[in-house]
Amino acid sequence: MQGELYEVFLRSRNGLHHKHAGSLHAADAETALQNARDVYTRRGEGVSIWVVPSKFITANDPNNNDSLFEPADDKVYRHPTFYDIPKEVKNM
Amino acid sequence: MDTALLEEQFEARIAADDRIEPRDFMPEAYRKTLIRQISQHAHSEIVGMLPEGNWITRAPSLRRKVALLAKVQDEAGHGLYLYSACETLGIDRSELLDQLHSGKAKYSSIFNYPTLTWADMGAVGWLVDGAAIMNQVPLCRCSYGPYARAMVRVCKEESFHQRQGFELLLTLSRGTEAQKAMAQDAINRWWWPALMMFGPTDENSPNTARSMRWKIKRFTNDELRQKMVDVCAEQVKALGMTLPDPDIKWNEERGHYDFGAINWDEFYNVIKGNGPCNKERLDARNKAHDEGAWVREAAAAYAAKQAAREAQSAEAA
Ligand SMILES: [Fe+2]
Ligand SMILES: [Fe+2]
Repeated sequence: MQGELYEVFLRSRNGLHHKHAGSLHAADAETALQNARDVYTRRGEGVSIWVVPSKFITANDPNNNDSLFEPADDKVYRHPTFYDIPKEVKNM
Repeated sequence: MDTALLEEQFEARIAADDRIEPRDFMPEAYRKTLIRQISQHAHSEIVGMLPEGNWITRAPSLRRKVALLAKVQDEAGHGLYLYSACETLGIDRSELLDQLHSGKAKYSSIFNYPTLTWADMGAVGWLVDGAAIMNQVPLCRCSYGPYARAMVRVCKEESFHQRQGFELLLTLSRGTEAQKAMAQDAINRWWWPALMMFGPTDENSPNTARSMRWKIKRFTNDELRQKMVDVCAEQVKALGMTLPDPDIKWNEERGHYDFGAINWDEFYNVIKGNGPCNKERLDARNKAHDEGAWVREAAAAYAAKQAAREAQSAEAA
């Protein structure tokens, strides 16, 4: 009996995104939150904690990365450097 | 895609210093090696709490007591980070715990030695955590992402462990003759087992080459052991103490300290289960786990009750 697996996300300070910190087991969300406090924020690592049951995370299959990310790879015109602007034009 | 091609791509990624993440393809042997190494590491953190827990209630001052408490609590955290990293390889934590509790799994042989005096808290911090740090810093660059990330977290916390131990010894070294003798005795007892923490010699460590190729390990056992000797041979001077090895001598040519022969019979004997505290440690772990069963059961019962209540009120609404 070890409870469910939760993923822990921490916001290290206001103004920043939450970032994945690790995982832990807990019987329920509230306990997961308390455990996350004890395990992942013993030295002021966070001002906000999210815990999410791992089973609710949907992830892509890295073996299909080529086809998944391919549509973004060949669109150089999405980048500013694709466009030719004369040197004299400043602040652009 | 066939396995041979996948393995080829895997090796190429490793060679390019790419990191491997949980859902990526990995050869079975890579996965097995990591499960073994990470779980042994996790078990060591957990069992490692026992020799120090022994002294918490007898710490000579509040300052020392809070330090020791915080350190032991950190080790519990390290165990958890590592079990989590290990679980990403597709093994369940309860299975890992079963392996520990049944005596099937190994943990660092160092924790099968007793902590006889208060000075041992100093020697353990300085030498045992010191050796652990030496081992763990290169693991922050391990090819397996979750292990490397766990190690970054662990290493950040280890530094205080070593420093509080050294400070403790330093205080004793400036104390009475009896305190000095106690500190020296602790160093004498912990020095050799600490050197054994790096594992067998390179020639007796058949898997090292493969682990190095996979970038799980970045240095060999003997390389890390030499580093440890070089660092400690200098640090011990600040304590005004000595290391219990008459052969420790600076070797100008090698640019390293030479040191004496390690008693490998002792090492293998402790690993086989015949160390001074193997049985005591395993019994203590099992006892703690068994006596904590009601807490886990209560938490599960409470969670089930809450979930049922929520379902009921959702129905009523
Ligand atoms: Fe640790
Ligand atoms: Fe430590």
